[in-house]
Amino acid sequence: MRRLDTGGRLNRSKPLSVSFDGKRLAAFEGDTLAAALLAGGVSPVGRSFKFHRPRGVLSAGVEEPNALVHLREGGRHEPNVPATMVEAFDGLVATGQNAWPSLDFDIGAINDLFSRFLGAGFYYKTFIGPFRHSTRFWMMCERFIRRAAGLGRAALVADPDHYEKRSAFCDVLVIGGGVAGLSAALPAARAGADVMLVEQDFALGGAVLSDPAGGAGDKWVAKARAELEALQNVRVLTRTTAFGAYDGGVYGLVERVADHLKAPDEHQVRQRYWQVHAKRAVMATGAIERPLVFGGNDRPGVMLAGAVRTYLNRFAVLAGENAVVTTNNDSAYQTAIDLARAGAKVTLVDMRENVDADLTRLAREAGVTLLTGHGVLEVKGSRRVTAAAVAPIDARGRAKAAPRLVSVDLIAMSGGWSPTLHLWSQLYGKPVYDAASACFLPTEEDAHRLRAAGIAAAAQTLDEVIEQGFARGVEAASAAGFAGDSGTRPEGFATGPFWPATMSPLWAVFNADGKCRGKAFVDFQHDVKITDIDQAHLEGYVSVEHLKRYTTTGMATDQGKLAGVNALSRMAELRGLPIAQVGTTTFRPPYTPVTIGAIVGHDHGRHFRPTRRSAMHHWHGENGAVMIEAGAWMRPWYYPEPGEDLRAAYIREAAHVRRDVGLVDVSTLGKIAVQGPDAAEFLNRIYVNGWKTLQIGRLRYGVMLREDGFVFDDGATARLGEHDYFMSTTTANAARVLAFAEQLLQTEWTDLRVHVTSVTDQWAAIAVAGPNSRALLTKVTGADLSREALPNNHFTTAEIDGVGVRVHRMSYSGELAYEVYIPAGYGRPVWETLYAAGAEFNLRPYGTESMGALRIEKGHVAGQELDGRTTLKDLNLEGFASKKKPFVGAVLSKRPVLEDPARPSLVGLEIAGAIGAKAGSLLYPATGETKGHGDGWVSSATYSPALGRNIAMGFLKSGKDRIGETIRVVNFLGNETLKAKVVSNHFFDPDGERQNG
Amino acid sequence: MIRIDCPVCGLRNETEFAYGGDATVRRPAMDESEMGPWRDYVFIRDNPRGWHREYWHHVQGCRQWLVVERNTLTHEVGTCRLAREVAE
Repeated sequence: MRRLDTGGRLNRSKPLSVSFDGKRLAAFEGDTLAAALLAGGVSPVGRSFKFHRPRGVLSAGVEEPNALVHLREGGRHEPNVPATMVEAFDGLVATGQNAWPSLDFDIGAINDLFSRFLGAGFYYKTFIGPFRHSTRFWMMCERFIRRAAGLGRAALVADPDHYEKRSAFCDVLVIGGGVAGLSAALPAARAGADVMLVEQDFALGGAVLSDPAGGAGDKWVAKARAELEALQNVRVLTRTTAFGAYDGGVYGLVERVADHLKAPDEHQVRQRYWQVHAKRAVMATGAIERPLVFGGNDRPGVMLAGAVRTYLNRFAVLAGENAVVTTNNDSAYQTAIDLARAGAKVTLVDMRENVDADLTRLAREAGVTLLTGHGVLEVKGSRRVTAAAVAPIDARGRAKAAPRLVSVDLIAMSGGWSPTLHLWSQLYGKPVYDAASACFLPTEEDAHRLRAAGIAAAAQTLDEVIEQGFARGVEAASAAGFAGDSGTRPEGFATGPFWPATMSPLWAVFNADGKCRGKAFVDFQHDVKITDIDQAHLEGYVSVEHLKRYTTTGMATDQGKLAGVNALSRMAELRGLPIAQVGTTTFRPPYTPVTIGAIVGHDHGRHFRPTRRSAMHHWHGENGAVMIEAGAWMRPWYYPEPGEDLRAAYIREAAHVRRDVGLVDVSTLGKIAVQGPDAAEFLNRIYVNGWKTLQIGRLRYGVMLREDGFVFDDGATARLGEHDYFMSTTTANAARVLAFAEQLLQTEWTDLRVHVTSVTDQWAAIAVAGPNSRALLTKVTGADLSREALPNNHFTTAEIDGVGVRVHRMSYSGELAYEVYIPAGYGRPVWETLYAAGAEFNLRPYGTESMGALRIEKGHVAGQELDGRTTLKDLNLEGFASKKKPFVGAVLSKRPVLEDPARPSLVGLEIAGAIGAKAGSLLYPATGETKGHGDGWVSSATYSPALGRNIAMGFLKSGKDRIGETIRVVNFLGNETLKAKVVSNHFFDPDGERQNG
Repeated sequence: MIRIDCPVCGLRNETEFAYGGDATVRRPAMDESEMGPWRDYVFIRDNPRGWHREYWHHVQGCRQWLVVERNTLTHEVGTCRLAREVAE
């Protein structure tokens, strides 16, 4: 392995500093890490997944299963990166992975000796049988298996880079920047279509880049590129992979904006995720070469023939001085010839008896030793190939005579080519096996908006590639509405045979007994051997989908790009069926791994969703509130005084409200304007209680059900005018209630003349609660808020500092209380006015925790009780339901199962002792075993300052009949059992004397 | 991703909409007091292969409920009308 002094597509004037496992490697601009590793003679470069076998670079592309590395350090560290896809940059630091203590000497390689016990279905078999009644054995082993499993290690610190998302639209999306893709983009662009051309490589040219540099192909590519770049309606994106094809002509692309830099420039994104809407798309994605299967085909020094040629011609790396090239088709002849011309000693081992005479002559002229009707039976050497055992083979690939050893340092293999049809398959399902081309191919239907061209459609000559690409480009532009002049088709250029036109069906070499010699791999990355496929067959696996999962073939990060057809071929042989009938597995996005960061873009942390803040938000912060997230809202949780924790603060705040007066921000309540002549009828249908009698100036508490009869939401609705109602909902359900109302009005109740409009953000709201609340508000508004002028459940308009507000008299705390609704822009000044005026009444702000304590003391239900599984009856609210009118959910709420008196229903719990209950604890009778789900659960719990004890609400089977009973409250998570007395959920002031005062 | 041609807002991405269920079922009359029709309306659904009518709610647009034809096999989207007009 060495770098040649001349040739390649490298900028030799720009040497780069690249290191692997601490070793400096010579690299140039235009290199990949894999090329630098090969040039530097690094071997092994990786260790395999299961057996920890030493592995070398196998390919030159996305299909690489072996050369997976840790790239970069710190927060930019990335595991499992194929070295073949890493564009070299100055300062590149990579290390080997899945090996300890080092790639060269890896303790885990001991697995290779025990491979007999690690065959297909190892997990399933080992952990059933004698151990099937015990999970303990599995749990003991799991620790070790989890540690041994996987490949690289993830970074443990946050990624410092940022990523972005972008939407784009185009008429024609061309995927692949090789000859076929360029041939398609040109006519589409000339016809005036908006064209996007994407190429995963950093250079355009595709297969041309593997031809000797400076040839006719390079000139052809440069000319096409120049023409495209001069057009305004063309966007060319390199370093961009189209990884997903979705319904409606949507494609997911990931552009590696700064992956070829040590770190992104300031304000530059690392990667960009494109969501492209394309009217038509052309898939010019080429093909991936298949390996051959023989003993030790995974040893470092065994490579794909096409890749050997790519390293030679593109990167000026001679992968071996003494090579065997083995093939079942014509395409590897170019590799053999180019290697021989570069000075290597080459033996071409062709599995076919009969080879095209011109090809044979060309090979011989280049100095290649040709052996036809032969195969490589086995590879010698462990960390590096030393010899190939070559034998004459019969029509089934079995050795006809004892092999002879040929000393080599490189084996280049070609088992044919598989078109890269992943994107097509993601959209349109399973491809069909084409016996003539010996590969799976896309089908074509009128409805298909993504169509293949070039090698991806098994084009067999360069002229055919250009012709297909051009035709697809014209067709796509025309279908997108651009039938203008597409110009003339580009001329072709001379190239060698690249398609395995005369491919033999042989893909493996066996001993005379039909078995491979040594370990012969089908899936390199997941260490699946041909014998694993055989074993799965013996155990009765016939479906390819089952075979895949049982043996894990194709389930590694390369997703079977190399393993697929060989595994299917073996399955077909064993079942005595043609491969077409065995079929293939389904391709799903992404085509290659995509960083989660790219898909997330900026939508993480605080940008994951909008943060909603009330108009008074900053006042809370300035006055020492500890905030808490409530859905998307930020709410004041509690306002600690010096030395107070949450518990001390909420107990003080709750007691303060019952003694003096408190102020709480309730702006987050959902608010919906319900307007129109039929508004009362609408409310009458959606709430369980009646609304026809509600007078202007009054408000009423209402409960609504879902269509299935369970309780949905509750809140108060005020009648502002003849046809004008103001509905409030819980904070959590605001959006759901609005959507439900819109659904009913637009899909079913279209005869009702009602509009519903969200006004949540238009109104700030403050609850003023406590014995001094009337005095405070009277002082501030100057209005008559006496018991006679404004009884409970009435509202009035008033002014505070010249701001028109609405004062609703209603109570959630159970104290004399008001809710003040203020146009949101004036929320903070009005709050401040109230706060300042409240000094003489000993006013204090309170947060959601003490608000919760107060409502539990009163036995009011909240989100913890309205959890979607409770009925009116469960909540002791059935008295609210009108018997005179139908309402949403009325009939289904009467389902017999919901009427069962034994259903858990709402009760209060007086907890014995100083320790409070935890919500979610289970309830059990006073004696007996605590097994199963018990008799119910705790929904809300608090310390009650008014009662001087811990209380809770919960749901208890036959709850109403068990008042007075002592039960146990068991918190299994905290391993804590408390005793509690069952009481009514109305703990405090059950007759409501305080709030009605 | 499917795209829906909202009669009010024009062609928009699926992400602006919320799926609203089967548009072929009809809600029983408000005064229906039998359990059966309500059970069918709330719980019983066909799972058709091919063209189907669905409610979609343009939550991040005009807030209209729409009746969208969608092919459950191919994800193709057909006509899209305001639910209000379909109901009438």
